[in-house]
Amino acid sequence: MEKTKIVEIRNVNKLYDENHVVKDLSLDVYAGEFLTLLGSSGCGKTTTLRMIAGFEQPTDGLILVEGENVADKEPYERNVNTVFQSYALFPHMTVFDNIAYGLKMKRVKKKEIHDRVMEMLELVQLGGFEKRYPSQLSGGQKQRVAIARALINNPKVLLLDEPLGALDLKLRKQMQLELKRLQKKLNITFIYVTHDQEEALSMSDRIAVMHGGVLEQVAVPLEIYESPASKFVATFIGETNLFEGRVVKIEGNSVSVMVESGMVTALGEGFSEGELVSISVRPERMNYSVTPVEGFTIEAKVREQVYVGSVIKAIVELGNGNEVKLERLAGQALPMDGTVYLYWGENDAKLLRTPDNEFFQAVENIQMC
Amino acid sequence: MVMKTKKGAAISIATMVSPVTLWMAFFIAIPLLYVAVMSFCGTDENYNVVFRLTLENYRRLLDPSYLQIYMQSILIAFLTTAFCILLGYPFAFLIARTKSRKKALLYMLVIIPFWTNSLIRIYGWRTFLSASGMLNTLLMKLNLIDTQIDFLYNIGTTVFGMVYCLFPFMILPLYTAIEKLDINLLEASSDLGARGASTFFHIILPLTASGIFSGSIMVFIPALGYFFVADILGGGNSDVIGNLIERQFQSGNNWPLGAALSMILIGITLLLVKLYQKCGGDMESLGV
Repeated sequence: MEKTKIVEIRNVNKLYDENHVVKDLSLDVYAGEFLTLLGSSGCGKTTTLRMIAGFEQPTDGLILVEGENVADKEPYERNVNTVFQSYALFPHMTVFDNIAYGLKMKRVKKKEIHDRVMEMLELVQLGGFEKRYPSQLSGGQKQRVAIARALINNPKVLLLDEPLGALDLKLRKQMQLELKRLQKKLNITFIYVTHDQEEALSMSDRIAVMHGGVLEQVAVPLEIYESPASKFVATFIGETNLFEGRVVKIEGNSVSVMVESGMVTALGEGFSEGELVSISVRPERMNYSVTPVEGFTIEAKVREQVYVGSVIKAIVELGNGNEVKLERLAGQALPMDGTVYLYWGENDAKLLRTPDNEFFQAVENIQMC
Repeated sequence: MVMKTKKGAAISIATMVSPVTLWMAFFIAIPLLYVAVMSFCGTDENYNVVFRLTLENYRRLLDPSYLQIYMQSILIAFLTTAFCILLGYPFAFLIARTKSRKKALLYMLVIIPFWTNSLIRIYGWRTFLSASGMLNTLLMKLNLIDTQIDFLYNIGTTVFGMVYCLFPFMILPLYTAIEKLDINLLEASSDLGARGASTFFHIILPLTASGIFSGSIMVFIPALGYFFVADILGGGNSDVIGNLIERQFQSGNNWPLGAALSMILIGITLLLVKLYQKCGGDMESLGV
C-alpha cells in the first residue's frame, strides 16, 4: 500500500513569550494511520495538536494538510476535527443537535442531517439517546457523543486530545478497543495525544514520543519498545534498567563498556573509545548466572522476589547499592543467597549516546566509582 | 443527653434566625402590610387618612391619564433595558475575557460611580447637559453649534439617565454568565465549521441568556420607579410610575391613592419575577 502524507509538520516552533513549547518539530502523518503523540504533561504534544486544529499558530515553520499550507486557515476552514479532553459538548443542545452541529453549519438538508446523525448514533452505540442532554449522560456516553460529533463531518484527520483521560480504567480499556475499531472501519487518520504509554503501545500504528518540546523518536510501537532512540524514550516506555558508562573497547560491532559496577558488552555501531554511553536493558531481557560470564563483571545479590501471576519480578542489588529489575517466568525463581552474575545477550541491550546537555551529569556519575 | 443537644440546637437556630426574622418583620413585612391596608382606605376633606374599606383608589388607577403614564413608564423601562443590554453585553464580555490586572480596572470602572449617590450624579448630569451647561458651552466654543441645544426634559434624556444609573445592575449578571462560558465550547464550535457570528448566535447567546434575563429584570423593575431621574432630567415630560406614587405622597397628599399605586408597582414586579422563574431563571442571581 502506498503511503500518502496527509499532515506534514515542517520545522515548527512554538513560543509563548519566553517559553519554548515546541522545538523544531518535523513530522509526517500518513493517510489512514493511527499516530500517537506521547509524552508527559508539558512536553508540547497538546500544543502540537492545537496547531494542527488551528487554535494556535506556529511561531515559525509550516503545517500542511493534504499538501496545502494551512497557516491562513481558520479552524472552521480546516478539514480536521477535534475531540476535546473535556468533551466540550454544548450543554444547551440535545445529543442529536450536538452531533448535527457540524452539518447544520454546512447547511446540509434536514432530512440528510437526520439520517446521518442516526447512522452516527448507531456507529457509536448510542441509538435511542438522541433526545438526551449532555448532563444526562455518563462520562463514557459523553465521550461517544464527542467522537460522533467530530466524525460526522468526515474529517481527513481526527485529532484526539487525551480523550479517555477522564474515564475510569475499565471504561478506558473498552473505549481504547472501540476507538481502534472505529478508526479501522472508517479508515480515517487519527492523531491521538496521550501521556499513557500503555495506551499508546496498544492502539497506535506509530508513536511519536515528545520530551521537553522535542520529538525524540517516531516509530512503530515494537521499535519504540525494543530500540528506543534515546535515554528518555527507554525510560518513559515500559520498565528498563539503565547503566551509564564509558566505552573502553570496540571489536567489530561489539562494544565493551565500563559501568560503575563492572564491565559489560553490547552491540552498537558508530561509537568510539572513551565515549560516554547509556545501556538500556529491559527486565525481561536481563539474565543471570551463578558463575561468571565472559564479557560481564557485574555481581549482585537477590534482594526481593514477587510473584505477579505468570511472572516473577525480582530486584537484585549491585555492589554500589543500585537496584536492577529482572523478570522471569513463574517457576524460575532466582537463588536467594549467594552472588549472581548479571549478563545479557548481544541483542537484548540497547546502547544509547549520552546527549550533550547531560554530559557533565554523566561524567559525575562515572567518577563516583 | 440527646434531649439537651436537641434543645441546644433549637436555641442556636432560634438565636441565628430571630434577629433576621425580626428585622424582616419590622422593616419589610409590617410596612408592606401597612401600605396594602392603606390602599383600601379613604380620606376626609382635609386629606387625612380615614379607615373605611373602599375600592375607590383602585378605580381611580384606571383613569386614562394614569393609563397613559403606565404605558410611558413601561416604554421608558423597556428602552432603558434594551440600551443596557446593547451597551452592557460587549462590555461585560470584555471584562470577562480580559486577564488579571486590567480586568480589575475595568470592573472598578463600573463599580466606582456606584459609590456616589445616584441622586447627586443625576444632578451632575443636569448641570452638564443644561442650556448654559458645560456641554453646550464646549460645543459653542468649538463652533460646532450656533444656538444652545435643549438636551434636557425629554424621554431620551430620562432614558439616558436611567441607563446611566442602572448599567451596573446589567453588567454584573452578564459578567457572571459570560465568565462561566467554557472557552472549549467556542473552540469546538469553530472546529465544527461555525464562523464567529454562528458561534455567537448558536453557542454564546443561548448560554449567556440567563445573564441577559436576570440583568433585564434587575434593570426593568427599578426603571419603573426611578422617579428622581424622570424628575430631574425629564422635568415632568417623561413621568414614570414612580413619579405618580411620589406625587400622591408629597404634593398630592393622597396617601391611600399613593398606596394603591405602590401596590400596582409591587404587582408588576412580582409578575415579572414569577415570569422569570417560570422561564427557568436562576433566583439566586437576583439576590433572592
